[in-house]
Amino acid sequence: MAELENSVETKQYIVAKLGCEQYGIDIAYVDNIVRMQKLTRVPKTQSYFLGVINLRGEIIPVMSMRRKLEMDKEEITNMTRIIIIKPEQNALLGLLVDEVREVVTLSDEDVEKVSYDNGKEDANFFVTGVGKYKDTLISIVNINEIISD
Amino acid sequence: MDLSQYLEIFIDETKEHLQTLNDQVLIMEQDPENVDTVNEIFRAAHSLKGMAGTMGFKRMQRLTHDLENVFSEIRNGKMSVTPDIVDIVFKCLDALEGYLTNIQDSADEGTEDNEEIIELLNAILSGGVKQPEIPEDSEEQTEAAKEVSAPAPAEGEDKRKFLQLPLADFEVNAMKEAIGNGLNVYGVTVYIQETCILKAARAFLVFKGIESVGEIIKSEPSVQDIEDEKFDFDFSIFIISEKPAEQVQKVIANVSEIKEVVLEPYAPNESTETVTSVVSDQQETKQETPVTESTKTEDAKTAAPEKKKASDTKKKPVVNRSVRVDIEKLDDLMNLVSELIIAKNGLVSASDNEAGSQTQQFNEQIEYLERITTNLHESVMKVRMVPIESVVNRFPRMIRDLAKKLNKEMELIMTGEETELDRTVIDEIGDPLMHMLRNAADHGLESTLDRIKLGKPQVGTIRLNAYQDGNNVTIEVSDDGAGINVEKVKASAIKKGTITEEQAEMMSDKEAIDLLFQPAFSTAEKVSDVSGRGVGLDVVKSKIEGLGGDVEVNTVLGEGTTFIVRLPLTLAIIQALMVEVADEKYAIPLNSIVTVEDIPASDVKLVQNKEVINLRGMVIPLVRLNQVLDIEKDEEEESENLVAVIVKKGDKQAGLVIDNLIGQQEIVIKPLGKYIYIHKMFSGATILGDGEVALIIDANTLV
Repeated sequence: MAELENSVETKQYIVAKLGCEQYGIDIAYVDNIVRMQKLTRVPKTQSYFLGVINLRGEIIPVMSMRRKLEMDKEEITNMTRIIIIKPEQNALLGLLVDEVREVVTLSDEDVEKVSYDNGKEDANFFVTGVGKYKDTLISIVNINEIISD
Repeated sequence: MDLSQYLEIFIDETKEHLQTLNDQVLIMEQDPENVDTVNEIFRAAHSLKGMAGTMGFKRMQRLTHDLENVFSEIRNGKMSVTPDIVDIVFKCLDALEGYLTNIQDSADEGTEDNEEIIELLNAILSGGVKQPEIPEDSEEQTEAAKEVSAPAPAEGEDKRKFLQLPLADFEVNAMKEAIGNGLNVYGVTVYIQETCILKAARAFLVFKGIESVGEIIKSEPSVQDIEDEKFDFDFSIFIISEKPAEQVQKVIANVSEIKEVVLEPYAPNESTETVTSVVSDQQETKQETPVTESTKTEDAKTAAPEKKKASDTKKKPVVNRSVRVDIEKLDDLMNLVSELIIAKNGLVSASDNEAGSQTQQFNEQIEYLERITTNLHESVMKVRMVPIESVVNRFPRMIRDLAKKLNKEMELIMTGEETELDRTVIDEIGDPLMHMLRNAADHGLESTLDRIKLGKPQVGTIRLNAYQDGNNVTIEVSDDGAGINVEKVKASAIKKGTITEEQAEMMSDKEAIDLLFQPAFSTAEKVSDVSGRGVGLDVVKSKIEGLGGDVEVNTVLGEGTTFIVRLPLTLAIIQALMVEVADEKYAIPLNSIVTVEDIPASDVKLVQNKEVINLRGMVIPLVRLNQVLDIEKDEEEESENLVAVIVKKGDKQAGLVIDNLIGQQEIVIKPLGKYIYIHKMFSGATILGDGEVALIIDANTLV
């Protein structure tokens, strides 16, 4: 209730880890988070798609966030999670990440828009800004860029 | 109240009426003397007008009104059918279809007045009518004719059921007061057609219509009962109105599916309080209605006998017991059945795994469940099936127009219109078929002169034949025209740079004909309005392949061409063969499989560096699925035997080499999601019993 009175816009983000970097995904897009499960490979598709999974009778393509961001190949561990996002009505997509940490609330003031980051220019499109939370930095993921080729 | 809830019914019915009109006018053109046809046309036109009027589509109503007048003249024998009239009538039907399209898109009829057509129609009327008559008159006449239609005039008295209505004091007083104030009181009995499905809706429209011209003071059964459809096919009401009887009657009769309206001015007698005294009033009321009565009898002489016959034919003994269902609801149902089948498959595979623990009874129940789900699936499929008639019935009209435009004589013979296809396929198949028919008419058939020279029958024949063939439906479009000149096709392809001359020489006739399906290919030297702009066959092909079907061409030079379209019966659930390649599972649709063969590795031969086998006299290329599917194999060690699934596309075959057969299974085709790129060799994916996902291989793309 107290938050409602606060005039500063806040958004909640799911924080996922890729290696030692933290990425924030707007919770409004997130449909579900599931553990790693059996993937069916789809031959001849984009290299960053690992395959498809069956989630309660629906077939959902799963993308490796690491490959999409041109990072090192992922390693499947006990902490690996698939974040199911819903960018549009009736269209789901799974994002494979190393680990899902927590849900954070960031106000617009905490998020600094970036035009380019030091070094990694290619991956830069996928990030709209950097949020400061406690003493860590969270890159805010640009979902629209993720779903386009 | 708003009429939008009736819009859908209106659109559906208008479509039906327009189709009837198109069909019947075609028959009329062939056989102008056929009274039944003219009556049928007249009735359809009349219903159309009424419906358009009720829904407030004034332009549409006006056009139909004039159209109806023309038919009224024809029916009364005051005018004979000429080709000119038929042409104008068709133009008019096209314009009406235009309105309908607008209404469908935007619930509005648009602003096109079609003055030209109305003028043409009126020109027919003023030219053809011997006794000068203004349209309004004939209108009245037809209404009156309608009134006489079903019953013989002598029965007219019994039809006035309103006379038996018991009236309360206050109602009688209200009537007297109204008459005292110079208003009219009418008794009305409305008869609805027995075939009407939404009686209450019709009754509602009648009430709504009446409210625009007067006031209802009594209704039997009560308004509530009528709304709940608690009445037979008639209801009686008393109205107070300042409008003349004809106008009130017209308003009611304009509602479609109304069989008959009996309307008479009504004067409550001083002593009228009971049923018996009302009956004694009959004589009196009858005298007070000279206008209606006289038109009735006058018209009965001319129109009644014909009209009666026609109404007899319309009163079909078999009442169509059907329900209109939104296709979305059927889709939902289909999805649920799909889920059920997946769940069933899960149960089956679970029961297979625990082989030791299961009892016989459990097995029986599983088998029972399998039977039920298969039957359920079939029933739901059947519900979704629509005869292709609904698409092809517009073609005779199209061919007629083409014949005129191209100045060729031709006829269309259609067979197997009752063949059924899934609704989703039906919706998509119309355009490709139309393209093929236009092609046959324009490119296929020779001009009439050439045909005479060649000693062929003067009238060219185009056939459309549909039939079911296993799990497929085949539609053949054939003509007895010139056939495809393969050399001409090749020459044209070389000119366009599609192929080189060397390639052309190497090409078989079949391959050359396949060139026709390339984008932007047209052999017609002259580009005509009808076809030959090069958009056509490639669109046809891609559309049909998109539906999971294929097209094939057979042609004999000088004798004609046949296009054969094969379509799957359904799109959602299919029988498939599950196979294993390395450790991945794939489904191959059963309808494309010919056989499964065990082939000794030594039987594989190399032809032009490609692996082939000789199977019962046929040389069949082999496709190694592990290569096509980019599966890395650790050791390239060949086993002694290969398992090949022989698939076909038309009469071409290929052998898909797999590692293991799993077995036949009913699978549900599911899309793979929006964001992932799918190679065209996969037609989708399915969920197996254990929850795993398997891709479905579209064998057509590998042949």
